[in-house]
Amino acid sequence: MASLRTTSRLFASARPAFRTQMRTMASVSTPAAEPEPRTKTFHIYRWNPDEPTSKPHMQTYTLDLNKTGPMVLDALIRIKNELDPTLTFRRSCREGICGSCAMNINGTNTLACLCRIPTDTTQETKIYPLPHTYVVKDIVPDLTQFYKQYKSIKPYLQHSTPAPNGKEYLQSKEDRRKLDGLYECILCACCSTSCPSYWWNSEEYLGPAILLQSYRWLADSRDEKKEERKAALDNSMSLYRCHTILNCSRTCPKGLNPGLAIAEIKKELAF
Amino acid sequence: MRLSGLQREVLALYRKCLRESRKKPANTRPHFESFASRSEFQKNITLDKRDFSAIEYLLRKGQRQLEIYSAPGIKDIR
Repeated sequence: MASLRTTSRLFASARPAFRTQMRTMASVSTPAAEPEPRTKTFHIYRWNPDEPTSKPHMQTYTLDLNKTGPMVLDALIRIKNELDPTLTFRRSCREGICGSCAMNINGTNTLACLCRIPTDTTQETKIYPLPHTYVVKDIVPDLTQFYKQYKSIKPYLQHSTPAPNGKEYLQSKEDRRKLDGLYECILCACCSTSCPSYWWNSEEYLGPAILLQSYRWLADSRDEKKEERKAALDNSMSLYRCHTILNCSRTCPKGLNPGLAIAEIKKELAF
Repeated sequence: MRLSGLQREVLALYRKCLRESRKKPANTRPHFESFASRSEFQKNITLDKRDFSAIEYLLRKGQRQLEIYSAPGIKDIR
């Protein structure tokens, strides 16, 4: 205890000297020059459901990029905090794992948290909700139909026989490897809402995201209801509305390839 | 009077609302009926009949509400 007290006293005595040193250093160095402000304009889709007769419009916000984080989501959060608290958007993880902040930025469906703000300040950035979705408010889309379709493919392991070891269903490393590129999907709906085929037939066509998930369960070695799953897809609408436009693979913010997964399902159904 | 498709959809929704409220307990049934007709439909009665996007939005909203309130667990509404 005594030793502790002495050290603290030592520090206390040392502190003034340290401070004077700091002061002299500060007086020597020139004050850091304020960097040139880089103002960027954002046009954001706005619509308020509380006034159903009002029409959607674009609202313009300008931000200094020096004071904003690098991603579009940082800009949106800053607009909401500092400029307009009524701006509404979904966000959660800010690192591309939840899929909440899917929106249309400069004409591309992507996650706002994974999309860098284009540094070219002469270009204006336009932010819309996901295309061809009903809008709940501002840039929040209504994904009810999307989730209903996801539920319809039974996205869980269907198994009637008990596991041989009585605990869990085991899988070889090769079988597990078949799920790579499928299990990473976060269901952000970027791909489905970028598919023209899904725009026109969203009631019946499942869309790339849901078909990728269908294939994830078809490819799973532990699943025993493979035939039922295939039979559910074997009609003109659910699967075959895919015309390999491949907007899905181009837009996927996680770098997955729903187009390939759909092709694999088609192959499984054909042979 | 000939009704447009949208008008028929609105009337069908209204009819469904009243039918669903028939399934609710007798003592709280008026609450459901007045909620549907008075607060939700009457509130927007002044809407321009050519304002299709607003009417379609309200129809979707109404259908969603109906789906939620028609659940058997919901016994009363205030």
